[in-house]
Amino acid sequence: MEIFGVPLQAMMSQLLLGLVNGSFYAMLSLGLAVIFGLLNVINFSHGALYMMGAFAAYIGVTSFGLNYWTMLALAPLVVGAFGILIEKTMLRWLYRFDHLYGLLLTFGITLLLEGVFRSIYGVSGQTLDVPEALSGATDLGFMILPNYRAWVVFASLVVCLATWFTIEKTRLGAYLRAGTENPKLVEAFGVNVPLMVTLTYGFGVALAGFAGVLAAPVINVTPLMGSNLIIVVFAVVVIGGMGSILGSIVTGLALGVIEGLTRVYYPEASEVVVFVVMVIVLLLRPAGLFGKEK
Amino acid sequence: MKTAIAFAAATFAAGLSMPASAQISGDTIKIGMITDLSGVYSDIDGNGGAEAVRMAIADAGGAISGKKIQFIVADHQNKPDIAASKAREWFDQQGVDMLIGGTNSGAALAMAKVAAEKKKVFIAIGSGSAQLTNEQCSPYTVHYAYDTVALARGTGATMVKQGGKSWYFLTADYAFGQSLEKDTTDVVKANGGNVLGSVKHPLGASDFSSFLLQAQSSKAQVLGLANAGGDFINSVKAAKEFGLTSKMKIAGLLVFINDIHTLGLQTTQGLYLTDSWYWDMNPDTRAWAKKYFAKMKKEPSSLQAADYSAAMNYLNAVKAIGTDDGDKVMAQLKKTKINDMFTKNGEIRPDGRMVHDMYLMQVKAPAESKAPWDYYKVVATIPGAQAYTTKAETKCAAWK
Repeated sequence: MEIFGVPLQAMMSQLLLGLVNGSFYAMLSLGLAVIFGLLNVINFSHGALYMMGAFAAYIGVTSFGLNYWTMLALAPLVVGAFGILIEKTMLRWLYRFDHLYGLLLTFGITLLLEGVFRSIYGVSGQTLDVPEALSGATDLGFMILPNYRAWVVFASLVVCLATWFTIEKTRLGAYLRAGTENPKLVEAFGVNVPLMVTLTYGFGVALAGFAGVLAAPVINVTPLMGSNLIIVVFAVVVIGGMGSILGSIVTGLALGVIEGLTRVYYPEASEVVVFVVMVIVLLLRPAGLFGKEK
Repeated sequence: MKTAIAFAAATFAAGLSMPASAQISGDTIKIGMITDLSGVYSDIDGNGGAEAVRMAIADAGGAISGKKIQFIVADHQNKPDIAASKAREWFDQQGVDMLIGGTNSGAALAMAKVAAEKKKVFIAIGSGSAQLTNEQCSPYTVHYAYDTVALARGTGATMVKQGGKSWYFLTADYAFGQSLEKDTTDVVKANGGNVLGSVKHPLGASDFSSFLLQAQSSKAQVLGLANAGGDFINSVKAAKEFGLTSKMKIAGLLVFINDIHTLGLQTTQGLYLTDSWYWDMNPDTRAWAKKYFAKMKKEPSSLQAADYSAAMNYLNAVKAIGTDDGDKVMAQLKKTKINDMFTKNGEIRPDGRMVHDMYLMQVKAPAESKAPWDYYKVVATIPGAQAYTTKAETKCAAWK
């Protein structure tokens, strides 16, 4: 059986691979959406922090003899702590200005981080092995799927859904959302809004670190790995609707799949298809697929 | 008005003093280098390449008959338009006499045009596209280290002779990748093999698994990787992860020692590759590599060795004829044999190709490697005359 000249088997495997890539998009755009939705900051350093997560895992495993699982928990904490430091010392002074100031600051942080890692490690990259428990592959009939890729999809879905649930369905999430709508009023109820904002930024950034650790065993760990990805992830956020949590998760996965299909039919266009979709969505729904018009 | 007059006077004075300053323009010999200092190719050339040029200048004594040798370097960010405008600015305003073009064929082709227009010597080192000395050859271009034709004839022919008859290409979608795919296809067909298909990926693609699955479904025996640097590394990693390596042979068409260093011998053992130079070939190469290692803390790639050699031979040519005039230096370079740690009996042909022996290498197994960076076995020497485009094949008007 063929679909537009492509065998069904090949089609299924490309869809699945698209889903794997989509998982990374979803996790990264989720972090951006949380930060933008609750802090109104366009966090351009997200890609660099994703890279930092991957390097943290690499350093932990090679220099400190820790294993992958420890680093999966530890690296997001390190990156999150670094995020909190950024928020406490620099970002918080910019909230009352235009978005552009936050964007410029985080862009500068990106350049700094990339520069530091480049001067230490060069650009050829470092290799992190797939953990023992997840090495090997499973024959699905239509394709051979490396176990690690399956784990990426699973881990990212769990993290994404847990985040969505916390923000949209719990009391803590309600405080957060209220804090962004009207910080003064929420503070009057005795909620420490500045602390909440700091922790939210730390959490959003930790998501990037987590994605970095997940990516480290399958792609080359280089200082530039974040900047290759960040523009696409921004497009995902715009398509999903700036600040929409659910939007970023669904759009991330969907765009991974669309990109996968493009790689079958017209590989040369695979890096631009996301932006074509972005243009179409912006023309038809300027607030994004899941965004609310203000 | 006053400044305008002063400026005019200064220009006039400068004009007058020109002929007096012997034959060295601007009273300095100025070498410029434009390469990728920050992107995917910055480890194979980049700052290491710039350091190699500085080493050549230091070894030449920093001056030629009292005229100081200056060196400037810039990053083209893998963008041909940046490379071309920087080259133009340097020739026009900075008085650059010779330009070294680093990695990226798109950038090199753009710089070659500017250098030809300004009648200045341009030595392309890091870039691979054979067009530099074929369709787009120029009397001012020297293509120094390697090209896509030599890579194809080295690795391509060997793989076919060892039974890899059917090929599928994974190609970086720009000048270099396309050249390499085309040249390798010609070699594969000439040796009785066939090409089942190819897939083009964007430079710096984030994920290669989709492309590799397409390659796998082609059922070809050999997967030809017509890409380089980070793209090559990610392709090989994904090929291993998806189990391609057990079914297809991988032919890395442009592989540098830095790539092997990153991927490790476990993943790359047995891989064939073609290169112009390896640090552990003979006492000369080892001696130079030792000096380089002392500065950069890693072994040099073939490009970095070529950067040194090219700068040194340019300076020798200027010294021999006492001028940095583009036409005269090119004539001198073309009639001088190149004998140094980079190559023996190298010569620059009328089309600008520096013809020298190439080497077919095989990556060692982890057990064979005795020290860090001990990665290659030299399997065969490919004589320069066989490695590069021949006179019968060329489309370069200057060599007809």
